[in-house]
Amino acid sequence: MPEVELRKRIIVVEEIFHEGGPAARKPLRRAAALAVIRNPFAGRYVEQIAGFMEDLNPLGLDMAKALVAALGGDPKAVEGYGKGAIVGQAGELEHGALWHVPGGYAMREVLGGAKAIVASTKKVGGPGTRLDVPVTHVNASYVRSHFDAMEVGIADAPRADEILLALVMTTGPRVHARVGGLKASEIKGEDGLR
Amino acid sequence: MKSRIRKIVTFFEETRSEMGKPVNPPTRRAAAAAVIENPCAGKYVEDLSELMEMGEELGSLLTERAVAALGIPGPSAESYGKAAAVGENGELEHAAAILHPKLGTPVRKVLGKGAALIPSSKKRGGPGVSLDIPLGHKDAAFVRSHFDGMEIRVNDAPRANEILVAIAVTDSGRPLPRVGGLTKDQIKGEDGLR
Repeated sequence: MPEVELRKRIIVVEEIFHEGGPAARKPLRRAAALAVIRNPFAGRYVEQIAGFMEDLNPLGLDMAKALVAALGGDPKAVEGYGKGAIVGQAGELEHGALWHVPGGYAMREVLGGAKAIVASTKKVGGPGTRLDVPVTHVNASYVRSHFDAMEVGIADAPRADEILLALVMTTGPRVHARVGGLKASEIKGEDGLR
Repeated sequence: MKSRIRKIVTFFEETRSEMGKPVNPPTRRAAAAAVIENPCAGKYVEDLSELMEMGEELGSLLTERAVAALGIPGPSAESYGKAAAVGENGELEHAAAILHPKLGTPVRKVLGKGAALIPSSKKRGGPGVSLDIPLGHKDAAFVRSHFDGMEIRVNDAPRANEILVAIAVTDSGRPLPRVGGLTKDQIKGEDGLR
């Protein structure tokens, strides 16, 4: 499979103190790692693409490590995660799907055994396209306070023959979470769901 | 702090190639943005000194955050810029009060020097409005390789009664600069221009 060609990397960190209500004792932090790579399959139909997933593993690990570092360096502080991809217009949505395995593997590896499925989304778009990356609890998908999302995008990416890859991590619940449901303190942690 | 901050967002960008040509070392820029309450929103306020003081404290806070995102000592910074977006219930003059009278001195204190004018832009807008922060060399405004800009946005800011205030800092100019003009090794650094 072709080599991963990286054009640009971006790290975005949000620190949220309040959203009109009482200021959080510990501000919520969300971070996104974005990478713009060349789409080796752009402009034509390629049947065999799955091998590229393995080539993306080292980049995924780099991005996941950068996220943990951006959130203070302690993997245990990470409570939510998500991933996504925007494929440039000369590519296929299926090319974005190549990110599922390496993106998820990388975050689990760095976080040391997170149990829940990594929430994800993807689309085809042009430069400046925004993506709302869904976020859920790392150990139990049904934890309602951690249902969240982070909007990401880059003014000059993806170009037609590029893919923008995204990983997101958060350090806690929505800043004023108060709509009930399963709490993080009630997680059984057996099936990744509850 | 005088400023009531809802959120702080930092952005870190690294460009490694342009048109397939490696950028070595990669160009790096960072921006830090604060979402603050606009104490003058919704009414005409003659005396804007409260906003000016908020500008002063944001000058050091945001510059420190941006430099930290680059991972460099302040004096290694090469270019800088500032910008603000005022929510719909505020005045463009509120952005001017934050950016112009007092914000620059603490920026220069963090960066060690900064003989050049800090290039700036401002606008009024709704949540998710983009800010193009102009960038210029911090010691000599005419260094052509460092004429640049960095786009940022925060999807949920500024709300009507908020102001988004941003400072951008780089440790480099544009990737692959080749349009001539004054270069950084020719800086005299006396007048902030050349």
